[in-house]
Amino acid sequence: MHLLVFIKQVPDASQVRVNYNTGTLIREGVPAIINPFDKHAIEEAVRIKEKFSGTVSVITMGPPMAESSLKEALSMGVDNAYLLSDRVFAGSDTLATSYALWAGAKKIIEEKGDVDIFLSGKQAIDGDTAQTGPGIATRFDIPLVTYAIAIKDIDLKKRTIEIVRLIESGAETIETTFPCFITVEEEINKIRYAPLPYLIRAARATIKILNTKNTKIDSSKCGLKNSPTKVKKAFTPQKRERGEMINKGSMQDTLNFLYENIESTLKDMGKI
Amino acid sequence: MIKQDIGEYKHIWIFVEHKDGKAKSVSFELISKARELAEVLGCEVHTFALGKKVKHLADEVFRYGANKFYFIEDNLLSEYKTEPFRDAASYLIDKYKPEIVLIGATTLGRDLAGTIATKLNTGLTADTTGLDIDKKTNNLLMTRPTFGGNLMATIFCPDNRPQMSTSRPGVYKAVEFSVEGEVVEESFKFNKSNYLKTVIDKTLESEEAVNLNFYDVIVAGGLGMETKENFKYVKELSSILGGTWAASRKAVQMGWAPQTRQVGQTGQTVHPKIYIACGISGAIQHQVGMKSSEIIIAINKDEEAPIFEIATYGIVGETGKILPAMIDLFREKIKKER
Amino acid sequence: MKRKDFDVIIVGAGPSGLAAGFVLAKAGVNTIIIERGKFPGSKNVMGGIFYTKAMDDLIPEFYKEAPVERHIIEQNLWFMDDVSHLGVSFKSQKYNSEPFNSFSVFRAKFDRWFAKKVEQMGALIINETVVTQPIVEGGKVVGVKTDRPDGDLYADVVIGADGVNSFLAKQLGLRNKIKPNIVALAVKEVIGLDKEKINDRFQLRSDKEGAAYEMTGPFLDGMEGMAWLYTNSSSISIGVGVVIQDLIEHKTNPNDLLEKIKAHPSVAPLIEGGQTKEYLAHMIPEGGYYATPKLFTDGFLTTGDAIMFVNNVNREGSNLAIESGKLAAKTYLEAKQTGDFSSKSLSRYQDKIRKSFACKDLSMYKNMPKLLEEKRYFLTKYPQFFIDFVYDWFSVDGVSKPDKIKKAKKEFGDKFGYVNFAKDLYAIWRYMIR
Ligand SMILES: Cc1cc2nc3c(=O)[nH]c(=O)nc-3n(C[C@H](O)[C@H](O)[C@H](O)COP(=O)(O)OP(=O)(O)OC[C@H]3O[C@@H](n4cnc5c(N)ncnc54)[C@H](O)[C@@H]3O)c2cc1C
Ligand SMILES: Cc1cc2nc3c(=O)[nH]c(=O)nc-3n(C[C@H](O)[C@H](O)[C@H](O)COP(=O)(O)OP(=O)(O)OC[C@H]3O[C@@H](n4cnc5c(N)ncnc54)[C@H](O)[C@@H]3O)c2cc1C
Ligand SMILES: Cc1cc2nc3c(=O)[nH]c(=O)nc-3n(C[C@H](O)[C@H](O)[C@H](O)COP(=O)(O)OP(=O)(O)OC[C@H]3O[C@@H](n4cnc5c(N)ncnc54)[C@H](O)[C@@H]3O)c2cc1C
Repeated sequence: MHLLVFIKQVPDASQVRVNYNTGTLIREGVPAIINPFDKHAIEEAVRIKEKFSGTVSVITMGPPMAESSLKEALSMGVDNAYLLSDRVFAGSDTLATSYALWAGAKKIIEEKGDVDIFLSGKQAIDGDTAQTGPGIATRFDIPLVTYAIAIKDIDLKKRTIEIVRLIESGAETIETTFPCFITVEEEINKIRYAPLPYLIRAARATIKILNTKNTKIDSSKCGLKNSPTKVKKAFTPQKRERGEMINKGSMQDTLNFLYENIESTLKDMGKI
Repeated sequence: MIKQDIGEYKHIWIFVEHKDGKAKSVSFELISKARELAEVLGCEVHTFALGKKVKHLADEVFRYGANKFYFIEDNLLSEYKTEPFRDAASYLIDKYKPEIVLIGATTLGRDLAGTIATKLNTGLTADTTGLDIDKKTNNLLMTRPTFGGNLMATIFCPDNRPQMSTSRPGVYKAVEFSVEGEVVEESFKFNKSNYLKTVIDKTLESEEAVNLNFYDVIVAGGLGMETKENFKYVKELSSILGGTWAASRKAVQMGWAPQTRQVGQTGQTVHPKIYIACGISGAIQHQVGMKSSEIIIAINKDEEAPIFEIATYGIVGETGKILPAMIDLFREKIKKER
Repeated sequence: MKRKDFDVIIVGAGPSGLAAGFVLAKAGVNTIIIERGKFPGSKNVMGGIFYTKAMDDLIPEFYKEAPVERHIIEQNLWFMDDVSHLGVSFKSQKYNSEPFNSFSVFRAKFDRWFAKKVEQMGALIINETVVTQPIVEGGKVVGVKTDRPDGDLYADVVIGADGVNSFLAKQLGLRNKIKPNIVALAVKEVIGLDKEKINDRFQLRSDKEGAAYEMTGPFLDGMEGMAWLYTNSSSISIGVGVVIQDLIEHKTNPNDLLEKIKAHPSVAPLIEGGQTKEYLAHMIPEGGYYATPKLFTDGFLTTGDAIMFVNNVNREGSNLAIESGKLAAKTYLEAKQTGDFSSKSLSRYQDKIRKSFACKDLSMYKNMPKLLEEKRYFLTKYPQFFIDFVYDWFSVDGVSKPDKIKKAKKEFGDKFGYVNFAKDLYAIWRYMIR
């Protein structure tokens, strides 16, 4: 079985601070990490591989420094790592990103064989669109299963997979066929402490670089210029003002005060 | 990139999301917002719905001011699956060429929208909280939070049509405005062998599986709830307020709540109208998941707790004392007002 | 067949482990380095003054490529009481030419760079993995256990480069538990400041030139220790290290001490307006020569801070660590020729260390810790007397200079006694110079 995981290197959002004077994010010194959801996608792929045997490949599109995330992926048990890196990709929106990743994935398929399961995180914690996975799946024209919280069953003979996914009113179990595309939630698994042999293999592994020269990526579909959406402006949201401490003489007074203050909101919401 | 003849495209389309034939309120919110935009653009607001039986939704959307209602009914659309919905929606949009397509940023909407935009080769702006028209160019300006709410970005899509966006529920007010609308039935020839997915089981929301984003009130407990037992207060208060309950990571780690109910960087990001944080310190990783809530009420015995930095109303005290009193109060008030 | 995964396992990717790894890998030895931090240097987020020589021998002109901050052209030694300082300063243009005597560096950056070089030579570096114990078979060290699943590794030789707390050396019985009187606790801060401000305040002519200060004296309330301050590109490092035993006895918290130094009238203007960027506490071995434990056993060598190879008088450590790492690697290479990794064969390491410049330095100061322990007033009363004298000397108060000298001579005699002073001088000479 061949599994391909899409991973994105992101700044650790919890360490990004806002400069309210300039309206920009302070990213200096903020460590780059694998998008947290993507780590669970890697872990799930490696678990499936361990159970059914096969190989796991990962690909990331990003600047050369994204290599460190691929190294980390390798040390989690991934077999092949690809860095899709080229100036022309800079500024791509999700339509252009999913195009480039789709084309990059096709190159990997050429080299390593057909992919049975594609995985990605449900969402990147920086761009926050959750659109890249659906975009790639659509280009491959394969079944898409988003917000997966468990893989229940895989039948290698029938080439089917059962996946539990979150929906608005609860959860549903989907059965679908290979190849398919799954985007994962964090609770799909717990990331294990990888065995030492994985780390040693990762330290020895080399990362393959893909770009417009060694793939069939059409650069007229990539980058800022060729992305349909453009960022007109970026600004920091109004700082959330510190509200008021409403402790009154007695607890009852406090709670009555609270109620009076939120009464109209409750009304608008149709609660009362 | 192939430039389209964008002049061909006209009118604003709203996707009417429904559950078993009952429309979601976000659809009406978006119709109301679209009416404002349509006034600036001098166009109409159209709606479309897909399902096994959806025709009856027409009356509802007309009540909120939609001028047209397109729909496709098919057994294949009886329950939501990405691919048939994607194909049917793409067909309609491609045929009628609306200038703008808005879809509620629900779980379903965000699953669907990315696939449609890819099919149509157009831009899609995710999870917007603000929509405007650029008076000079008539382009749609879509504003959205990124970086876990730390940065707002205004996005536009100048050269491709339709301009698409998923829009966050609860941002706009649904205002009734009855019109005589037109109903247009459409059909799409599904090639059944293309669809390889079956839903084999649905479990209703449980302790374990919940989509917090669905709720306008969330009561969350942290380590300051002190015991698993005390989480009953959190649950009870949330049910009185018609919301749901959630937890901080530490509470999840203590086994007081399932991971599906965790709010924060590695849990769910929520933005309800009211968020009540009980015994939660307000670590930055928790804050990124909830700080765009409209009203934040924080209960903590430590007056220095960082959660008070972002709380609309802060109450210093013991969760074990305040929550039971709060439950009594709201129970009484809410009964009385009803 | 005996299991063997690598020729050499190095525990710890600090300067000594990396230097050993560099030499070994360069010689084609199959080498793995295990580091518990997220990356080399991550556990040592701050920097220090890095003396060039040992590294320059390893990688000539390394500073052209390595992330260094400023080369130091001025060194100061200050004796301070609570309100004054008496300083000795040396600044020379000689320090302004390659290969430069020393640099200020940030270890997180520097070690990471060094690690890349070591990897390029062919050694494997495994991060985020803790070595939990040595594997000993038939009295010989044959490998290590780590905290990872399937985490055992076997090799001909294990090099313990695991720093001041070296628990490998402890587990192998090469040394005793560290006593609080031979280890200092250091606290340190990095204070961000504009380049231009730094150049101005320290009279430096470019962003590349730097200055360093060491401070001791009565402001430490008789505790044995040293404070320091030096310039990075756009920040200042300031810190203080005090022997742990003294901290305990004086019930002093090193953080408070650092705050006191930062507020000292001679120091405050240097750091004024800066923003604290990082803070760290760490132990430094202060034992010197006598604290150095046994350096080897069958299949095992140990290096750097783990053997307390630190010259606390000159604030050297990383360069000595590199030196010892190199020597350990050379010892392995020699032993490899005969395939004999027994204690006897590895004992050549001891000779090499003894002959090294570092050890000669250490030996020179070997009795310093003991001396200071016995004669605590070296750090308090003498400096205080000279500070007071100098204050008096420069004060224009109607007393003539010869009278001032006379007065001082008398006071000195009363306070210390000339005979005692002569004895102390002799002690210093005997202890230190010989
Ligand atoms: C402020 C701002 C706002 C933006 N808004 C929009 C917008 O509204 N619409 C739009 O189309 N674009 C937008 N973009 C561009 C978008 O962020 C990029 O296209 C980005 O490369 C992918 O989107 P994402 O970060 O939202 O990832 P998501 O789509 O949220 O990522 C989902 C998953 O896809 C995979 N993935 C994502 N990126 C990569 C990658 N580079 N390599 C490998 N796998 C990957 C990962 O598994 C990830 O978990 C915006 C960019 C900025 C800076
Ligand atoms: C990579 C990473 C990701 C993370 N992701 C998340 C995430 O998604 N979500 C998340 O929540 N956290 C996350 N965390 C953890 C986060 O840093 C905090 O540790 C966590 O949010 C703290 O939970 P808490 O507020 O319940 O507990 P604490 O921080 O221990 O706070 C308990 C609070 O309760 C108060 N209290 C105690 N007793 C009482 C009482 N009787 N009455 C009233 N108040 C009382 C205390 O004053 C205190 O403020 C993450 C951390 C990391 C490193
Ligand atoms: C506050 C302070 C200031 C200093 N200033 C200077 C200065 O200005 N100039 C100077 O030259 N020196 C200075 N030193 C001394 C210098 O830092 C050390 O002498 C030098 O780092 C020693 O190198 P090492 O390789 O022996 O040990 P370390 O640098 O301590 O490296 C040991 C490594 O081993 C790893 N490790 C430990 N145990 C394990 C394990 N069980 N498994 C896996 N990995 C493990 C650690 O994470 C660490 O990375 C200073 C020290 C301190 C504390």
